[in-house]
Amino acid sequence: MQHSEKIESNITSVELIKALTNIVSSEAVLFEQEDLKPYECDGLSAYRAVPLVVVLPDTIEQVQQILALCHNHHVPVVARGAGTGLSGGALPHEQGVLLSLARFKNILHIDAKRRIARVQPGVRNLAISQAVDQFGLYYAPDPSSQIACTIGGNVAENSGGVHCLKYGLTVHNIQQLKIITIEGELLTIGGSGLDSAGYDLLALMTGSEGMLGVIVEVTVKLLPKPERAQVLLAAFDDVVKAGEAVGNIIAAGIIPAGLEMMDKLAISAAEDFVHAGYPLDAEAILLCELDGTNEEVSEHVLKVRAVLNSSGATEVRTAKDEAERVIFWKGRKAAFPAVGRLSPDYYCMDGTIPRKQLPRVLKTMADLSAEYNLPVANVFHAGDGNLHPLILYDANIPGELERTEEFGGKILELCVEVGGAITGEHGIGMEKINQMCVQFNSLELTQFHAVKAAFDPLGLLNPGKAVPTLHRCAEFGAMHVHKGELPFPELERF
Amino acid sequence: MSADISQQLQQQLLHAVEQRRSLRIVGGNSKAFYGREVVAETLSVAGHHGVLNYEPTELVITLRAGTPLSEVEKILDDNGQMLPFEPPAFGDKATIGGTIACNLSGPRRAYAGATRDYLLGCKIINGKGEILTFGGEVMKNVAGYDVSRLMAGAMGTLGVLLEVSLKVLPKVETEVTRLFHCSAVEALDKMHAWSQTPLPVSATSYHDSILRVRLSGASKAVNAAVSHIGGEAMENAGQYWQDLKEHRLDFFNTEKPLWRLSLASDIEPGRLVNAGEGDVLYEWGGALRWLRSDAPAQMIQAAVAELDGHASIFRYADQSTIFQPLTPGLLRIHKNLKQAFDPHNILNPGKLYPEL
Repeated sequence: MQHSEKIESNITSVELIKALTNIVSSEAVLFEQEDLKPYECDGLSAYRAVPLVVVLPDTIEQVQQILALCHNHHVPVVARGAGTGLSGGALPHEQGVLLSLARFKNILHIDAKRRIARVQPGVRNLAISQAVDQFGLYYAPDPSSQIACTIGGNVAENSGGVHCLKYGLTVHNIQQLKIITIEGELLTIGGSGLDSAGYDLLALMTGSEGMLGVIVEVTVKLLPKPERAQVLLAAFDDVVKAGEAVGNIIAAGIIPAGLEMMDKLAISAAEDFVHAGYPLDAEAILLCELDGTNEEVSEHVLKVRAVLNSSGATEVRTAKDEAERVIFWKGRKAAFPAVGRLSPDYYCMDGTIPRKQLPRVLKTMADLSAEYNLPVANVFHAGDGNLHPLILYDANIPGELERTEEFGGKILELCVEVGGAITGEHGIGMEKINQMCVQFNSLELTQFHAVKAAFDPLGLLNPGKAVPTLHRCAEFGAMHVHKGELPFPELERF
Repeated sequence: MSADISQQLQQQLLHAVEQRRSLRIVGGNSKAFYGREVVAETLSVAGHHGVLNYEPTELVITLRAGTPLSEVEKILDDNGQMLPFEPPAFGDKATIGGTIACNLSGPRRAYAGATRDYLLGCKIINGKGEILTFGGEVMKNVAGYDVSRLMAGAMGTLGVLLEVSLKVLPKVETEVTRLFHCSAVEALDKMHAWSQTPLPVSATSYHDSILRVRLSGASKAVNAAVSHIGGEAMENAGQYWQDLKEHRLDFFNTEKPLWRLSLASDIEPGRLVNAGEGDVLYEWGGALRWLRSDAPAQMIQAAVAELDGHASIFRYADQSTIFQPLTPGLLRIHKNLKQAFDPHNILNPGKLYPEL
């Protein structure tokens, strides 16, 4: 599959490899096909491309030199952390350098008093919380890949997790970044205070998907671990009732630490997989986690239980101990692989919607599921309106991946139509680039390109990702008008 | 009350672009003291007001930028909700647009987040007169660059805010303030000790040998926290935090320039001696310090930069606000971004920095 935008480099691949080995040791430059293969995709394995060369620097100075080299010779650069991203953001460029930050895996400094940790970008998300646990602190954003995903990638994607309704996304939980520009310049963004002078470049960099600079250091904010966390599980005989219960909890003045919904198919898959004791006859379950001080949690558990009952829950359970709390969550956290056992392949979507639109979105999705004859399991960060429909398909059946992508695209367009967004936390990458044309008009996309040019006028960082060209949207728009009939079958599609 | 004047605003802007004349963007003009002076024709956004969407159970409100802040706070209050960042109004004319553009947050900031943290989306007119929408009304949205948050604190130099969507939160059930008589060093120690634990602290201040701490949350949790931290009860605490936020305390009634220092919370008073003599009021657990000083700007800013923080003259200075100078690399990016949004330099030129 070829996604790369054409960029005319003024260096041969042999010269490039040689120049790179002058910057890093030769074992840190990979160019043999067998060595490049592991880098051909990220967590979205449907999209693959083999880079020209992979380079694994281990100092900031080396990253500066590599970027300056690529800048001087117009070579595309794609930065990569752990490669767990789900939108093809780290998909390599075939004429470019794949810049792996895997060797930047040190926690540089923990300052418990200031509640911050300064870490290298290749440090795993969970490793931060583990390292600061001794101080009674933790790093709040917890994407479900937290065991493997790295903090650099989290910043690039503005990762969320199950606790973001209360504790925010990555953008709310970082204080300073060090980045290298495409020219090789080291910039410090943010500071040691709670704000910094000038424009909010920290926000602009967060979620910029490797398009504006390469992150080489992150200072994260840490929070004191809550004294107590308690989880309630509520079963409903109707997903709409479950959705309303979420609104009722919030109307009662409570912001749960986590508020997750699963539909029947997701429940049964998870139950088969981890035996969490989920009620199999329910149409939907809600998991509601409350945290805080001991007294606060006790008070809120009573309130939430009452709200769930009055919202029509057929059953409400409170985890009786920490072990049961963990098992309740285990089913939710294992929902993706559990659904994966139902079908040879699944495709995970990531739209967000205003919660009140849930009934309409679920109904339309059910209709589309019937139309495409592809089952969908729904896992929903209900508190913040982030929907993860998992479309079950079989990539070995010719045309089924394409139908799945089309179905997925329609779900995302539906999210935009009801006032939501095409991605809540997985990013645009390569995957949703066409839907960007639905979410934004050409003036807005042009503004995005101007922002990109303010950092990277030659367009060398992660080319072709995140923001589509107007040309591409024009083609996509044409496809829209004609629905199923592709007007330009010879044109590349994702 | 509700009125949509976005077309007039766009027309005036397009006309200014045509004639290459700059515009001074004004909401309620309540924070005219803040930022550098802009001498230009006025673009008045105050007439663009009204609530466009408010769903309490979605925790989101969308407003036209000229909507008075007092009106926004009233609507939320009526529904048992609030703006968690407790923005200062500095008078009764403040608009929500000006609040976002200045990105000023109140006492709760260190514990609940800043204005920018609650901004979900916005509609703007850029310097070419184009009406553009970024972000949205949902909590999680990573489609495209975070242009919305870029607008927070840009002081109108990148776009005219037309509409903003904000995340809101339920009002707190109970609030109690405790006070302690202690030295600045002891106050910093106490504030840091509290911040290591999940106590429901929602504001702190220290001045004139008095440390005040506000606890907010479920009543049982607040009561438990009170018995944990001790201290004395404080009367009329609600008024105190209002007066602090609105700069109505005696401390702010000053002849000397008022400096705003943003730095690491645990910087001890002794380490700021290079910033010159002056009276200091602490907020945000030590991370925000107000300094009354007539020491030279360069001296104060150099001393604060040395500590990896930044300092700006907030008000009461003869000259207009001076923000902390940017490093050459960051200034270059800032200039490029200004060019990307406002290539003809129409919008509030020089408001933030002379080069922007």
